[in-house]
Amino acid sequence: MRELDVKEITCALREMAISINHELSPDMCELLNNSDKKEESPLGKQILGQLKENMQIAKDEMIPICQDTGMAVVFAEIGQDVHLVGGNIEDAINEGIRQGYVEGFLRKSVVADPIQRVNTKDNTPAVIHYSIVAGDKVKLTLSPKGFGSENMSKVYMLKPAQGIEGVKEAVLTAVKEAGPNACPPIVVGVGIGGTFEKCAILAKKALTRNALSHNEIPYVKELEIELLEKINNLGIGPAGLGGRITALAVNVETYPTHIAGLPVGINICCHVNRHISREL
Amino acid sequence: MDIKLNTPLTREDTNKLTAGDYVYLSGTIYTARDAAHARMNETLDKGESLPVDWKNNIVYYLGPTPARPGKVIGSAGPTTASRMDKYAPRLLDMGLIGMIGKGKRTKEVLDAVVRNGGVYFAAVGGAGALLSKCIKNAEVVAYDDLGTEAIRKLTVENLPVIVVADSKGNNLYETATEKYKK
Repeated sequence: MRELDVKEITCALREMAISINHELSPDMCELLNNSDKKEESPLGKQILGQLKENMQIAKDEMIPICQDTGMAVVFAEIGQDVHLVGGNIEDAINEGIRQGYVEGFLRKSVVADPIQRVNTKDNTPAVIHYSIVAGDKVKLTLSPKGFGSENMSKVYMLKPAQGIEGVKEAVLTAVKEAGPNACPPIVVGVGIGGTFEKCAILAKKALTRNALSHNEIPYVKELEIELLEKINNLGIGPAGLGGRITALAVNVETYPTHIAGLPVGINICCHVNRHISREL
Repeated sequence: MDIKLNTPLTREDTNKLTAGDYVYLSGTIYTARDAAHARMNETLDKGESLPVDWKNNIVYYLGPTPARPGKVIGSAGPTTASRMDKYAPRLLDMGLIGMIGKGKRTKEVLDAVVRNGGVYFAAVGGAGALLSKCIKNAEVVAYDDLGTEAIRKLTVENLPVIVVADSKGNNLYETATEKYKK
């Protein structure tokens, strides 16, 4: 059985946290760099220009793209044929986040208790989603999530009779309510099906998918295209100050569900949609 | 309209501002966000005085990333203003003249802006690296234990902000969206 020292996990996450907070993935860069071409509002165009300039400064001068460097969400896909040695995986993940945020001059935005609210001063713990997969590799995906947009996210438990029209209405309602608060132009992650918690995790995972790609299921791909167009007709625009470009992408994921239910999770992310993966 | 303004602002300055104006701010402003507002509110409840005299001053809802060695500040964009809605009217009534943030405000806050002749500005959310270049000096003046949430005194030069809510009761978030709705 292949052995993997958990120190490699720590080391990878440290680097990934610093890198993704200063330079977005190629899909997000491409979407943002082309976003002003279709913008009709002069102020909207100016704001999109500022966002492009902001990305360049962040990269060149190592200043985080956004001051909200997020709560670290980690998807750890662990091959069933890999044996982890050298320590506990959860500690190794949190150590990587700690090192990345402390040594990388990133913001410490995590409080130890949701009511007592004392800052942990190292941005740990991360929120970790584990899955056991085939093979002998470990794939880590890090998505530092800002809370301006996280706070505007929703879970709806729709009735099966509401169908796909109900899903569209739910997404548009969430985006309208989010308005300027979520720092548009946004990326919308949608999870349809599963259970209450499954649709939310699917929505989160959808945000980590290449934002230039589409779902392979034909009707889901059509839904992504239709929702993007409908969202961009809401008029919210860059920074919520009016315009055509309200969203850059809509990524939808689906999962089997119960005969009585149609859960829909809508995870909204600002234009600083940070996602980075590495296989060990 | 593009306008250059120096802080502290006067009611004469804010009366001339209209929702949609693009303003470049220079001078001293102060940061405060969730935890600092909660603490200031407790202080006022106890009848004690605040560490900052807000009269004619501007609050920037900001929690920056740490400064790298030799730098003034890290990334420094606005946070969502609505979380401060519970506290803002009290500070406006005490003389706070302007707020910089992003996102919608409650009617209570917008009413307090009109009542006191204040202004609510938006800075572009997620442009923290760009905005940090306008900050020439930063020092913690209160609540150091709150880390990123401490109150900082900033010296800014041509900080770009947009008037969202003016003293006449206009709200750009409501009017601008209508124009591009299909």
